[in-house]
Amino acid sequence: MVVDVNVPDEQQRRANREKASPGRTITVKILRCDGPGKPTRWEAFKVQVDRGMNVISALQRIAANPVTVDGDGTTPVVWDSGCLEEVCGACTMVINGRVRQSCTCLLDEYAPSDGDVLTLEPMSKFPVIRDLWVDRERLFHNLKRVKAWVPIDGTYNLGAGPQEAPESQQTRYKLSECMSCGCCLEACPQFNLEEDQSKWDSTFVGAHAISQARLFNEHETGKRLKDERLESLIGAGGVSDCGNAQNCVKVCPKHIPLTESIAAMGRAVTIHSVTRFFKGK
Amino acid sequence: MADNRADSRRVIVVGGGLAGLAATVRIAEAGTPVDLFSMVPVKRSHSVCAQGGINACNEVARQQGYSEYQHFDETIYGGDYLADQGPVLEMGNFAPKVIDLLDRMGVPFNRTAEGYRDLRLFGGSLFKRTHFAGASTGQQLLYALDEQTRRYEAEGRVNKYEFWEFLAPIIEGEGDDRRCVGIVAQDLRTMQTRSFRGDAVVMATGGNGLVFGQSTNSVICTGGAASRCYQAGAWYANGEMVQVHPTAIPGADKCRLMSESARGEGGRVWVPRKKGDSRDARQIAEEERWYFLEEKYPDYGNLVPRDIATREIFDVCVNQGMGVGGENQVYLDLTHKPREYLDEKLGAILEIYTKFAGDDPRELPMKIFPAVHYSMGGMWTQYEKGTYQPETPHGDHKPGMRAPIDTEPGRGMMIGAPNNMMTNISGLYAFGEVNFAYHGATRLGANALLSCIFDGLFCGPSVCNYIKNLKPVSELDASVYERATDAEDAKSQKLMDSSGDTTSDPATNPYKIAQEMGVEMTAACTVVKTGERLAKTMDKIAELRERYSRVRLGDTAMWSNQTLSFTRSVGDMLIMAESIAKTSLMREESRGSHYRLDFPDRNDERFLKTTVSEYQVGASNGEHGVEHHVFYRDVDTSLVTPRARTYGKTDAPKTNANNTPAQGERTLSDASAKPAGAGQA
Repeated sequence: MVVDVNVPDEQQRRANREKASPGRTITVKILRCDGPGKPTRWEAFKVQVDRGMNVISALQRIAANPVTVDGDGTTPVVWDSGCLEEVCGACTMVINGRVRQSCTCLLDEYAPSDGDVLTLEPMSKFPVIRDLWVDRERLFHNLKRVKAWVPIDGTYNLGAGPQEAPESQQTRYKLSECMSCGCCLEACPQFNLEEDQSKWDSTFVGAHAISQARLFNEHETGKRLKDERLESLIGAGGVSDCGNAQNCVKVCPKHIPLTESIAAMGRAVTIHSVTRFFKGK
Repeated sequence: MADNRADSRRVIVVGGGLAGLAATVRIAEAGTPVDLFSMVPVKRSHSVCAQGGINACNEVARQQGYSEYQHFDETIYGGDYLADQGPVLEMGNFAPKVIDLLDRMGVPFNRTAEGYRDLRLFGGSLFKRTHFAGASTGQQLLYALDEQTRRYEAEGRVNKYEFWEFLAPIIEGEGDDRRCVGIVAQDLRTMQTRSFRGDAVVMATGGNGLVFGQSTNSVICTGGAASRCYQAGAWYANGEMVQVHPTAIPGADKCRLMSESARGEGGRVWVPRKKGDSRDARQIAEEERWYFLEEKYPDYGNLVPRDIATREIFDVCVNQGMGVGGENQVYLDLTHKPREYLDEKLGAILEIYTKFAGDDPRELPMKIFPAVHYSMGGMWTQYEKGTYQPETPHGDHKPGMRAPIDTEPGRGMMIGAPNNMMTNISGLYAFGEVNFAYHGATRLGANALLSCIFDGLFCGPSVCNYIKNLKPVSELDASVYERATDAEDAKSQKLMDSSGDTTSDPATNPYKIAQEMGVEMTAACTVVKTGERLAKTMDKIAELRERYSRVRLGDTAMWSNQTLSFTRSVGDMLIMAESIAKTSLMREESRGSHYRLDFPDRNDERFLKTTVSEYQVGASNGEHGVEHHVFYRDVDTSLVTPRARTYGKTDAPKTNANNTPAQGERTLSDASAKPAGAGQA
């Protein structure tokens, strides 16, 4: 499912950096849309590239001078961004056909030669707000479905949390690096655009939420809600909806072991269901 | 929808970073519904960028002679005595409770072999008192609070307004009777402007790095919200105190931090001796390299304290034009170290550099430059002093000394007092980086996360107590809110009416104005300041404000118009910039991060005072900056006597340069440059 025709691998990226010429002009093609229900259109912009520029700085140059390749004035392109250090997840978009953060996308690696073309599209699994900006509310909603929190008694001073082995901390830290960017959902064949909020609870919850369920089930206090989390992953939209395409783990920018989480939660759900059957609940 | 039932008091929190979320959780838990506003989904707030850790006294350090009191003392000393001491004492005392709570919330703090929370060494202390979760502590703390907020949201106690921008506080009454009764906000998607009732409003909107153009801050850190409160009458304090971090990775879009540990592990800072030498770094022979820090500071070399390193790098690039490739950058070179050593010691931060700069620092020297990082100044806030009020202030506190006071809550600041971290306007609070309260003239590393969460947790109950006995704002006449909405609509409309071709006249292009403001503020108002230069800045800002009055928008859409939001914040940033420049000009001394070449010494007699700037609407008489009425307030120094800020430096480097700071070397590297102190295991 993940098509990488125009996405350079690590070796190509290094080679591209070597040959990239500062001061070159590239074309940035952007799939634009004025708002929900409005038609989409492609617009192309010439951007002069200096060393070290990323997709964000190309968009900033376009915003300061929004003129298309045909010389027509247009509106500045709208996009979402935040930290620009790949920890907030905001600037996720589809670049040359593959989803990733635009802040870490260096033009020297993706468009090293004069006249190279770079395409930018909004994520397709979330409703477009405008241009490259999408509404990922459903992603956060799905964290509520799996109760992705530790049910503490309150904020009063009750001493330290549970002691924890370093290995366990390392496992949880890795899972906890998920920045809710949505790359795993964009690449997933089972997760599709759904604008009807009433269907959110019965459609595929997504790799990110399954992995968060695992994160909290592994915490000493978090596991008090283990059964409720597993219940939420049984049936329609739960872990069994995963089609095992394994695209999620390939596009995760933080290299979170998503397929491992899905497998772990799949097993836990099975055991939970069997136990429930024998308990007659 | 805001609930306007007569019996229902609610609190508005603006900003969903650590301070805002901690306040939200605390207030919602106390039973008061919270409406939480944020320009971005709260999980994407700027707090995610914090890496190092969070400070608190802990059992290991305590048994080595450390105490909460010493944490307090270090923070005051680091801040060059400009912080009021009561709130800082309370923060130091409360810090271990913050760590415990976040631990219970599931933050994956690094662990020792036995399973206790691991600790690391940080600047300004000889004791390991910094708790951390990998290299993304801020992110992990924010996620824990985000999860608790989501839990309350699922229970209906918190209403989130994400992608909503704060436009103005709604203030009722005159003079001392002024009271904040809500806010006006705009949905950045639909562009709908609305007023919201709130019995109290907590501003937790962070810093203003974007005033300086490229900084280490996120793109949302314009300080626009604080500026809007300032323009509505809230005081702004110590705006001239801006932290510039010596080593950041310059970028076309922003600067990204490069940790000091690179120098701690042997990194050398240099530029080519020949001005404008454009050769590859690897082609430049050893004798053709200028290791200016090692040359100027033979004793400390590359491990000179943070502010000296920042000033020297700045001088080499900006004043002497000796930066690499003629640009504002110097080499931070680790290539003489073995790969395995670098991977083992610095792997994580070198990966970050590789990803963004595209070069491997094991092969090529990194290119770095100081960058604006944190705003110690902020909205002025008050507090109710605690019960520890010694007859004479305590002297120099040394490791192992008995702390003069216990850590009971309320020793520094009365818990639950309604005015804790309230601005000069009743009902308008400021928590976290947006206030001025804890860091004085310089913030110590790993104290920012602490102050943000501390404000939310400790001062949240103050907000609840404040609203308890007041007439609910639900009883206020709707016209109050309608007028506020109309006023903001009119402002937006004025900007929208100016829409037109922005490409023909760059003088009125908002992006161009913002860019020029950033360049000017960085050049004049960060590392080294002079009266002469700052006076020019006042002229430049006046020119930019004049151009801004004719600004033209390139987007007329009434849907998701980011240009409108950006342009609005440019106007607000210009006002803040002018206030920062003016207070920098007026503080004729050097203290902490504020370094005046023309006044290189600390002057306690004149300036051991909080700068307060008050915006006076309509005061403009053509003179630049006259709307900013600046006055000074005494600092609370009743607990610790101010002392010379030397960090025990005995062997001062020989240099006749004027910009050798007379007063101080606070530092991360100090700790490693010295033999381990009494407390070090």
